Amino acid sequence: MDILTTLWQTFFDVDAMRSALPDLLTVGLPNTLLLALSSAVVGTVLGMLLAVAGLSGSRWLRWPARVYTDIFRGLPAAVTILLIGVGLSPLGLQVWGPNPYPLGILALSLIASAYIGEIFRSGIQSVEAGQLEAARALGFSRPAGMRLVVIPQGVRRVLPALVNQLIALIKESSLVYFLGLVASQRDLFRIGQDQAANTGNESALLLAGLFYLVITIPLTHAVNAIDRRLREGRRADAGQAVEDDLPLPITQEAH
Amino acid sequence: MTAPVAELSAPAAVSVATRDVHLSFGAHQVLRGVDLDVAAGTATCVIGPSGSGKSTLLRTVNRLLEPDRGDILLDGRSVLGEDADALRQRVGMVFQHFNLFPHKTVLANVTLGLRKLRGMPSEQAREVALHHLGQVGLRDKADVRPGRLSGGQQQRVAIARALAMQPQVMLFDEATSALDPELVKGVLATMADLATSGMTMLVVTHEMGFAREVADRVSFMDAGRIVESGPPVQVFEAPESPRLQRFLSQVL
Repeated sequence: MDILTTLWQTFFDVDAMRSALPDLLTVGLPNTLLLALSSAVVGTVLGMLLAVAGLSGSRWLRWPARVYTDIFRGLPAAVTILLIGVGLSPLGLQVWGPNPYPLGILALSLIASAYIGEIFRSGIQSVEAGQLEAARALGFSRPAGMRLVVIPQGVRRVLPALVNQLIALIKESSLVYFLGLVASQRDLFRIGQDQAANTGNESALLLAGLFYLVITIPLTHAVNAIDRRLREGRRADAGQAVEDDLPLPITQEAH
Repeated sequence: MTAPVAELSAPAAVSVATRDVHLSFGAHQVLRGVDLDVAAGTATCVIGPSGSGKSTLLRTVNRLLEPDRGDILLDGRSVLGEDADALRQRVGMVFQHFNLFPHKTVLANVTLGLRKLRGMPSEQAREVALHHLGQVGLRDKADVRPGRLSGGQQQRVAIARALAMQPQVMLFDEATSALDPELVKGVLATMADLATSGMTMLVVTHEMGFAREVADRVSFMDAGRIVESGPPVQVFEAPESPRLQRFLSQVL
């Protein structure tokens, strides 16, 4: 057998893929989506709290938000997941029983919230000061003006960066395998990796990788579409002028 | 339809006065003791060079800026002890750059305060908003977003947004300075209508023609003080202070 055939079979063994497919579809995919979406929701809520705290007039809110963000953006995801997932496992055992998911989701959420907080903060800060001033001139308090006028505009500007963060979460969710998963808890990565380790053939892992791409590539294009729409404005009915009320999105630095 | 509009009878206009108002930003003294009187139902235009403190003065009246010293009187009563948010519901303001909320429709811009601050049901708020949009000639633009409107239309929506709150006083901060020349006229006409209707107005402006024709009084401000005040004819035809004479020779 020449080397090319060996390589081909290592990555594209149809039988290996076929045997992994049911588990990937019925176990891995739902678990990956559950991990990613739950932490996206929790991370977004925490991120908004962080952003608001970070923009607060009080240093007692600003400082903790700053420190939190620095820590969870600065640590490798694997370290955070192990520290939370293993370190807090006695606590988790009491609250949730022997399921590593809650702590895994918590760890992923804490990491995501640090990034999402910065995304929201940059969006909110980009809204012109005149917007809050106009809201206040109508008689709104500062918190009400932020909530009704400033934050909705700020969030809108950073939607593309937010979707990027969701993509990062989908990929990072594979790291919960550190916490030890029973068969029914395995995510896409773990199922592919288990079979690859058992058989010495990478095809199942490659198929798992394809699953990730099937989720993330459309999302990437969704980002581009949102981005374009924010830039060019929403198309109204044919023949009507282009709506140009949408502010330009802010490009978020990669991380 | 008739019920809400019946409630639209303008609230009694009140007088506005500032007494020895001082305000500094750091070491920079922007207001150095400003005394100004706007009688109820009249319009006063404040003119003067850039940086003279006109816009800052305007913002102390509705307490977007708090004076370091001095007093602000509405209807003869100090407003400095009052809740600032409540005060601003009684004092409408129009900005140089309109500051409409771009993520909301024209209608939603006008109804926001009515619904969220006055607790008005949305159907009633809609009627009130449409009435005021009609007043500025933009009833048919209720459902579009501000970005689709010209600058002049946006500014008229901003005026409707302020009027919907039934203010006792209206403040205008260089409301036409950011407009293309051909759009200025429509906004000034709206403001002139409002002055005719008996609204108390304090108008910071560079439009000398408007000040001359519409204002009951004109105050010239320079370096944080009111230098000269009087009826437009007096201020424009017979200015007393050399600084006002110099200013007018530059702008007229």
